[in-house]
Amino acid sequence: MEVLKTHKVTKYFYEPDKFQVLKGIDMSVKKGEFLSLIGKSGCGKSTLMYVLSTMDTDYEGELEIAGTRLTNLNQNQLASFRNAHIGFVFQFHYLLPEFTALQNIMIPALKLGKHSRAEIEERAYQKLAMLGMKEHALKLSSKLSGGQQQRVAIARALINDPDIIMGDEPTGNLDTYNTQVVFDIFRELTSQYHQTIIAVTHDDEFAAKSDRVVEMSDGRITGSRHN
Amino acid sequence: MRLILEIAKTHLVSKPKQTLIAMLGVTFGIGMFIAMVSLMTGLNKFTEELTMTSSPDIHIYHDVTESSEPILVADNKDELVIVHHQKPKNETAKIRNAMRLSEIIRKDNRVSGVAPSVSSQVFYNYGPVQIPGNILGVDILEENKLFGLDKKMNAGKIEDLKANHDGIIMGSGLARKLNVKTGNRVVITTPQGYTMTLKVTGIFQMGLGVVDNIRSYANLSTVQTILQQDHLYITDINIKLKDLHQAKSIAGDYQSMFKYKAEDWEAANATFLTGNLIRNILTYSVSITLLVVAGFGIYNILNMTIYNKMKDIAILKAMGFAGNDVKLIFMVQSLVIGIVGSLMGLAIGYVLSLLISKAPFNGGDFISIDHLPVNFDPIYYIIGIVFGVTTTAFAGYMPSRKAAYIDPIEILRGQ
Repeated sequence: MEVLKTHKVTKYFYEPDKFQVLKGIDMSVKKGEFLSLIGKSGCGKSTLMYVLSTMDTDYEGELEIAGTRLTNLNQNQLASFRNAHIGFVFQFHYLLPEFTALQNIMIPALKLGKHSRAEIEERAYQKLAMLGMKEHALKLSSKLSGGQQQRVAIARALINDPDIIMGDEPTGNLDTYNTQVVFDIFRELTSQYHQTIIAVTHDDEFAAKSDRVVEMSDGRITGSRHN
Repeated sequence: MRLILEIAKTHLVSKPKQTLIAMLGVTFGIGMFIAMVSLMTGLNKFTEELTMTSSPDIHIYHDVTESSEPILVADNKDELVIVHHQKPKNETAKIRNAMRLSEIIRKDNRVSGVAPSVSSQVFYNYGPVQIPGNILGVDILEENKLFGLDKKMNAGKIEDLKANHDGIIMGSGLARKLNVKTGNRVVITTPQGYTMTLKVTGIFQMGLGVVDNIRSYANLSTVQTILQQDHLYITDINIKLKDLHQAKSIAGDYQSMFKYKAEDWEAANATFLTGNLIRNILTYSVSITLLVVAGFGIYNILNMTIYNKMKDIAILKAMGFAGNDVKLIFMVQSLVIGIVGSLMGLAIGYVLSLLISKAPFNGGDFISIDHLPVNFDPIYYIIGIVFGVTTTAFAGYMPSRKAAYIDPIEILRGQ
C-alpha cells in the first residue's frame, strides 16, 4: 500500500537566478518502508523533502499522502494535515526550550485534540518509556543532552501516530553512539510498528542499513535500490 | 485555545524580567495618566463649581455702555452718515417692568429659578479708609435657591437678613479687611454720596477671591434706598436653568425677546473655561505621549522575543500550528502585558492621586483651598484601562502578524 506518491514534482529557485532544482520527480513510498534519500549537497534532496513535508507549496506537479491530494490546499489545511499525519525529526532537535520533555511531546497531540489531556499524558509517557527516556520526562528540554533531545523529538514525532515520519539529517548532529541509538529506534519503529520513515541523509552507513535508498542527482532520481 | 494560552504563559514566565519591564512601561503610562487626569479634572470641576456659585446661568441686565444707533443715522437711511466718537446716553441701569419679566421667565419650563436684584458700587468705610466693593440687593430666599448661599455661610443665618431691615451679609475677605464680625455695624457710601450704616448679620465665603473680597448681600429695599430709587428699581435678573448647557441658546432668546443684555455663564467666565480647555489638552497630550512610548516599548520587546523564537515558531508551524495560532500566541502575550500593566497602572495612579489630594496647597487670596481638588471618578479608570489595553494590542499586533508569516522552511533549512 502506498502512503506517499508524487507525480512530476518540479520546482524552481528564483534567487539569485532562475534555477530548476527539481525536475519532474515521480516517487512512491509504501507503508512501513524505511527510506533514505541520499545525494550530493545541492542535488535537491532537502528541497524534495520539504515539498513532501507540505511546508513548501511553491512547486508544480502532484503530491498525495495517505490518500489525500495535498496540491493546492491552503496553508491552514496543510498545517492541520501535518499535525495529524506527519511527524518531523530535524538535524538540530528543535525542541521548545522553555518546556519540559513531556510538554514538548504533548504539544502536537494537544493541538490535534483527539484525546483527553490525561490520555495524551499517558501516551507521551509510553513513547518516552519506549525510547528509554521516561526518567527525563519532567526535565526542561534545554537541560537534556543532544542524544536525549533527539529521542524526545522522535517521541514528539510519534505522538499523533503519523502516517509518515520525515527526518532531515536526523543523525547529522549526533556522535556515533547516539547515531546508532537513533537508527535502532527507526529500525524498530518500521519493523515492529510498520511506521513509514523518510530520512534525508548524507551518512552512507545509515543509508545502507535502511530498507530502500533513493539517490538523487541534479534534481532527478538517479537510482533506487532495496537493501 | 488552552494550548495557545499555555504556550503564551510559558513564554512570559520563562523571561520574567523582560515581561516585567514591558509591563512597567504600560504601568508608568497609565499611572501618570490617572494621576494627571484626576488632578486636572478635579481642578476643572472645582473651578466650574466656583463659577457656578459666583455667576448665574443667565444674567439679564441693562448694558448702558452699549451705544445705540445714532438718531442721525436712523433718520437718514438712504444717505451715508458717519457719526464719530459717539458717547453713551445718560440712561439708568434700571430694567423696566422687571417684575413682569421675572414672572414671564418663571413660567418658562426650562428655568428652575429667577431672582431679580439691584446691584450698586459702594465704598465700605473703615475708619478714614474707603474700600471699594459692591452691594447686591436681593430677595435672599430666592437668591439662596439659585446659589445655595446657606451652605456658604461662615457665620450667621441667611434668614437673619430677612428679619433685619438694615442687615447685610458680607463676603469673608471683605469682613476680614474691615475687621468686622456679625453684629458689628459698617458704614457704606455710594458713588452718588449717599451714606448709610448697616448691621452685619452674616458672613459668607464662596471660595473665590473676586467675590469674597468685594461683595455683600442686603435686602432689595435697602439697596433701593441707598440708591434713592423706588421699589420697582431692579438692575439685574439672575436665572437658573434646569440644564445649564442650554444657557447660550436661551440667553439669545431672552436677549432678542426683552431687548436687554442676557449673558450666559460661559461668556461671563470665558477665562476660567479657557483654562479648563488648556488643562484638558495638556492632560490628554501628555498621557497619549506616555502611552505611545509604552507602546513602542512593547513593540520592541515583542519584536525581540519573536526574533529570538524564530526556531520555535518554525517548529510549531511544522508540527501543524497555523499562522493564526502563532499570531494568537504572541497577541495573548501582549494583551497579558497590557492588562496586567494597566491594572498596576490604575493602582499606582490611585495611590498618586490620593497623595496629591492629601498634600497641603495654599490657594492664596484668589481661591480659598487648602488641598488640591482631585477627582476620583471611576470613568477615568475605565478610560485608562481601555486606553492601555488598546495601545498594547496595537503594539503587539504588528510583530505578531510578522510571526504568523514566518516561513518555516527558511529557518529549518538555514542550519
